[in-house]
Amino acid sequence: MDGTPTDSTRAALRDRQLEKAKRLVALIESGDDDAANRLIEELGRMHESLLFEQLGKLTRDLHDALNAFRGDSRLMEIAQSEIPDAKERLNYVVAMTEQSAHRTLNAVEESLPAAENIARQADELAASWDRFRRRDMVADEFRALSREIAGFLETTAEDAEMVRRNLSDVLMAQDFQDLTGQVIRRVIHLVQDLERNLVGLVRISGERLAVPEGRGKPGKQTEATGPTVAGTAGSGDVVTGQDGVDDLLSSLGF
Amino acid sequence: MEKSMKILVVDDFSTMRRIIKNLLRDLGYNDTAEADDGSTALPMLKNGTFDFLITDWNMPNMPGIDLLKAVRADEKLKSMPVLMVTAEAKRDQIVEAAQAGVNGYIIKPFTADTLREKIDKIFERVNAGA
Repeated sequence: MDGTPTDSTRAALRDRQLEKAKRLVALIESGDDDAANRLIEELGRMHESLLFEQLGKLTRDLHDALNAFRGDSRLMEIAQSEIPDAKERLNYVVAMTEQSAHRTLNAVEESLPAAENIARQADELAASWDRFRRRDMVADEFRALSREIAGFLETTAEDAEMVRRNLSDVLMAQDFQDLTGQVIRRVIHLVQDLERNLVGLVRISGERLAVPEGRGKPGKQTEATGPTVAGTAGSGDVVTGQDGVDDLLSSLGF
Repeated sequence: MEKSMKILVVDDFSTMRRIIKNLLRDLGYNDTAEADDGSTALPMLKNGTFDFLITDWNMPNMPGIDLLKAVRADEKLKSMPVLMVTAEAKRDQIVEAAQAGVNGYIIKPFTADTLREKIDKIFERVNAGA
């Protein structure tokens, strides 16, 4: 783990600091102010180097996380082409459903007055027909009724054909459900894909970031393990002194 | 063209199946059955007496192109006319369907006239070839 060598580095640093502090006490007691001041400066620099080491590590974590993000081609693909694509697809759904709704409404608006007309005329004719059957109608009236019936049959045939055509149109307008359904399924698939990839990214980043975060908590990881020993477990990931920190930071563009 | 022929309509969207069935009834074909994807359609075709297959392409489990290939590979079904009615409009796909032996290819959205025209054309050819 990343934390162990760093902890051992810190322990080593603490030992060196303690040793220098003891020397500082001895120097001050012996009255050697110049040497004591130099030692105080040295102690300050040691603290700085620890800060730089931690900063360097955080920077590297960030760098790696960003690289992992850039390197994830699936996410790139989603971000660069599929999300804009999905927007277009959803716009298509809006346009298709709107078109179908208008097509249906147009057919209904044209058919309703015809249906109402047929009903009203049929009622009027039924009343006249009733009178005719009760022999309550003079010859002139019957001739007029006869003309009305002929006209009614003609317009009804035309209207029925128009209503049939409009109902066919309403039928065809329902094709939007299939077409938009396919598109919506694709977008749902994309959103699931995106979610899966983001969760993956969070997991990768979480593994990196969990180490510095865990460092502040008590536990095995934060226990000192003594000086770093080359070739031992965990020694590979430790910077070697200030030069190592500087090299690392310069590799990151510092 | 036999108005009494038995037609299987395969589409994963029930709305589209209803539209096609209604259009077929309008054209005089009343003997129709439905399936919601290739894997349910294939046993129906194998065990049934269908004369004509109308299928979508993009369906779960078994897409229409695989159903078409399975039909062409089946000794009993291989000469059955197949009309594809699909939103898949890529050149490659149409070529693939043609190579797999499709008899007609309609792009959604389509009109009632287009469906009638393609069905007429398919059976003109089938009858001319017979």
